[in-house]
Amino acid sequence: MADKLWFLVPELILFAGVVVVSIMGLSPRKGVRDSLPLITCIFLGMAFAVIPALYSGERAEAHMEGAALLFPYLGKFAKMVVCLIGIGLVMISTGLIDRKYEHAVQTGRATFDPIRATRGEYFSFFLLSLIGVMLCCSANDLIWLFLSLELTSLPTYIMVAMSRSSRKAQEAAVKYFFLGAMSAAMFLFGFALLYGATGTIVLSEMRTAFAEQVATGGINAIGIFGMILAVLGVSFKVVAAPMHFYAPDVYEGAAVPVTAFLAFVPKTAGFIALMLLLGTMGWADHGGPGTTGLPAPVFSTLWLVAVITMTLGNIGALLQRSVKRMLAYSSIAHTGYMLIGIIAGPGLGLNAVLFYLLVYGIMNTGAFAVLAALERGGQEIETVEDLAGLRLKHPGMAAVLSICAGSLLGLPPLLGFWGKLYLFMAGVQAGQIQLVVIAGLNSAISAWYYLWLVTLPIMAKPSPQAETIVRSPSMWARVMGAIAAILIILLPVFSSRLVDATQEATKGYQGTIDIGRKFVDSGVLSPRSTNGVSRDGTQQPH
Amino acid sequence: MLPLLLLIPLIGTVAIIFTPAKHAKAIALTASLFAFIFSVVLGFLFDKWGTSEFGLTAEIPWFETFGVSLNMGADSVSMLLVLLTTLLMPLCVWGSATAITERLKEFYSWLLIIETAMVGVFVATDLIFFYVCFELTLIPMFFLIALFGGENRAKACIKFFIYTFTGSMIALVGFLYVAWFHANQTGTWTFDIDTLTSASQQLVFIPFSMHWNFLGWNILDIDITAQHLVLLALLAGFAVKVPLFPLHTWLPLAHTEAPTAGSVLLASVLLKLGTYGLYRFVLPMAPDAVVEWAPFIAVLSIIGILYTALICWVQDDIKKLIAYSSVSHLGFCVLGLFALNPLGLQGSVLYMLNHGLSTGALFFLVGMIYERYHTRDMNSMSGLSKVMPIWSFFMVFFVLSSVGLPGLNGFISEFLCLIGTFTASLDNAAYPGVLGPWYAAIAGVGMIFAAMYLLIMVGKVVFGPLKEPAVHHNVRTLPRDLSFREISILLPLAVLCVYIGFRPQPFTEAIEGSIEHVLSPYPARVERLARQREALLSPSVRELTTVPPEDTPVDLFREETNDGG
Repeated sequence: MADKLWFLVPELILFAGVVVVSIMGLSPRKGVRDSLPLITCIFLGMAFAVIPALYSGERAEAHMEGAALLFPYLGKFAKMVVCLIGIGLVMISTGLIDRKYEHAVQTGRATFDPIRATRGEYFSFFLLSLIGVMLCCSANDLIWLFLSLELTSLPTYIMVAMSRSSRKAQEAAVKYFFLGAMSAAMFLFGFALLYGATGTIVLSEMRTAFAEQVATGGINAIGIFGMILAVLGVSFKVVAAPMHFYAPDVYEGAAVPVTAFLAFVPKTAGFIALMLLLGTMGWADHGGPGTTGLPAPVFSTLWLVAVITMTLGNIGALLQRSVKRMLAYSSIAHTGYMLIGIIAGPGLGLNAVLFYLLVYGIMNTGAFAVLAALERGGQEIETVEDLAGLRLKHPGMAAVLSICAGSLLGLPPLLGFWGKLYLFMAGVQAGQIQLVVIAGLNSAISAWYYLWLVTLPIMAKPSPQAETIVRSPSMWARVMGAIAAILIILLPVFSSRLVDATQEATKGYQGTIDIGRKFVDSGVLSPRSTNGVSRDGTQQPH
Repeated sequence: MLPLLLLIPLIGTVAIIFTPAKHAKAIALTASLFAFIFSVVLGFLFDKWGTSEFGLTAEIPWFETFGVSLNMGADSVSMLLVLLTTLLMPLCVWGSATAITERLKEFYSWLLIIETAMVGVFVATDLIFFYVCFELTLIPMFFLIALFGGENRAKACIKFFIYTFTGSMIALVGFLYVAWFHANQTGTWTFDIDTLTSASQQLVFIPFSMHWNFLGWNILDIDITAQHLVLLALLAGFAVKVPLFPLHTWLPLAHTEAPTAGSVLLASVLLKLGTYGLYRFVLPMAPDAVVEWAPFIAVLSIIGILYTALICWVQDDIKKLIAYSSVSHLGFCVLGLFALNPLGLQGSVLYMLNHGLSTGALFFLVGMIYERYHTRDMNSMSGLSKVMPIWSFFMVFFVLSSVGLPGLNGFISEFLCLIGTFTASLDNAAYPGVLGPWYAAIAGVGMIFAAMYLLIMVGKVVFGPLKEPAVHHNVRTLPRDLSFREISILLPLAVLCVYIGFRPQPFTEAIEGSIEHVLSPYPARVERLARQREALLSPSVRELTTVPPEDTPVDLFREETNDGG
């Protein structure tokens, strides 16, 4: 027990942060209230600094042996990524919440009333949601997984509602909440069936149970059905096809920083949950001993979900005139790409997903930072036409937007290309050539609207409404944009290290040893034979 | 040494970014000249001329987990193309001196970045490094068109980008498939081009078949190998860049809208990335598939030659005419490659150089006219030889070089390509090929067309009664005829054209070894294909021509039972 708590130190630090921030938000002194983003960042930084120490040394190794997590070292990479991107998201949020109210207080039109101030709450919900993601990484039973997934999502409903005073935000929040509740019901039902199929809620024991079922004639129908339901439920969090329809409305309704938050944080939690859930079934032996790939029905579901998600996302984005809706659809499309890694499984696939989460976090935050850094008459900029001729007045922001759009598109040598390359390699390695080709063609479709984001700011003549765009008062969004652009250009030089870190993150995934066969640990070097359900017809060499 | 060559333009870019705009031109010129001198020095240091080996190699690890590296090296073909690139770059900078008057910093830094990318493509010996540079050429060109292009630039740059990007995404999947295949066999990821080339040749043993029978109709009936798929994927990437016939539609627009330096680089170097890709990857990586499908590709390039030549004939816009003529000319280049014999390949590689020199110069010439008259319409000008004798001399000279007048450079390469195609029949003893006289004959018509449309253009613009466009030239900045600066751009190109025209031997000898290396898998495969066809044909021919004796019943299943036994 003490050991378990020991490994939750980063979460505990952040929880302390939640308390501190929510109390400080009530302070009558403006200086204290203004320091909230900084305090949030300090707590995130502390959590970040603690993580590597937790995961090294003998105590850690002993714990990893005993805890029997499916992916014992997953937390190290994922939690650090969450903290880092979290800091970036805080920077975008700075100066947004309560802006009008604070302005009124400052000019003396209103007196400060702690009841009306929401800044502290915003940042504490922000941290709570991040805690949810981090708890997901160390989940070892279905209840824990469910609770941490909900902990990720619940604060976001409130954040959407409080981010803007417009009705749109409230509508978005309500929509988001009800659909979120529906998805929760769905995966909870799936979890129940999984429990029924295996008789346990502990993930590592489920792994054993499923492995036994595989060895004795295949996973039973209840398990398969439960898994499909759980996957579809979680696809709400990752914004994948059947559950994606809320995204454009919610993203448009929320304020820009919250949209950036929604595009990254629940998605990360969802992908980690997918890894853990599918990890119980494993990516091996379902088509007979020695074969790789998920069980056929789960595989087909995920395959379809991936294809529909990326295609719908890209085609949807083509039709948008609102920048936020466009980025929302692009977020859907990127989920589709990442699902390739989930389908490919351990070895390259899951590593690629983790790597892509980091990459996507950086470029997505950068793109939204540009939107957060600009405003017109106190309002956010909405349509792509507002971006026309941006480079004349805001050359720096236009450059950042171009770089982020290029990276989202996957242009070498920018960071996004390496993420995509990694995913594509994983897909090819798992024999999913058609899936990779479809993803490649989808990238080509996405070129159209990402190029729009590049060309409009630099080529088009500014429209009259674009003339009135000014920089928003907080400099931190601009700083974040610049940092993201620099990272996108420079990180590829160091990404060899990052790739190694992702490999370390999925290191301990073993499956079970009970049935006398060690599962393929890292697929990189092992010859793979065709999946029973692979349809590309190529006979692969042995 | 090669990494240094890649770094020189980048250092120039950094210098441009951090100094005032008025120095941008001087820095760009210095950096590109320095790069040119350095590459000439490298050309002398390079000791593998005439062999197939790679010289000046450098090994820089990058993504060790996947075996991705920044390894560089050059064989004689890539060395020649590097020299062409670095030669053209200072000329482009020098040639933009008066045309570009604003956003100098951006213009010259994009020019230098594209130089690095182009040189990187030619010297990469790692597939991913190659791909990164190949794609990196897109970005600067995109911005050169988008920021400095003509009226229709938005459409042009997006079309250019999306065409090329789509093609190369598919090529990337092909590359990854080959790399995975190799990793699967040996247990280590590598993207070394040489290693993957030999791995890819093994792919022919992996069958790929798709059959789809719907209510008794065979809708899909495909029986090929994985190597054919790789060929298709790579063709998707490189054929767009060349461009091959149905995929050429981005080119006229991009060429016409680009600023002069952009058009020159597009025509002279960027299109060569496509043919270089065919030479370096498609031919060595998929020999069996190439042997089977070469006629198909050859037909596409012949259609391209004739079709675009006819389009040229009806153009009024000089720049568009030259742009379309590029498509037509590169058709010969591709035809020579798929002749699969040394003559054709020599012609093809020489074509890459010659087309770079003469078409580049033609784009410079059109740019000079445009700077003076602000129009490119052929109908609005004629008889310019009376007012611009020097310009007219160069125009006629480079048109003749482009048409293929014997004695100038274009002739050698076009002739070699055609003779290569002509002799590429199955009965050629040393290097049997799958094309033949008919291909050469029909493609040869394209030469006549080329002479027609180019000479008609010269006849209209240079000769005849004097007619100048209504908008008069800008006398304040430019003299009526060419300035010393402009002559100094054209003269080196003209001298090289004459030199290659009279003494092509040093060049053909230099690339001989590399060509033999590329061709080494081919004769055996073509012969095997010929034998297979013969075996396929002969029994049926025998059955059709010999009447079975009436007393012996015809055993319809004779073949099967023999096989089964």
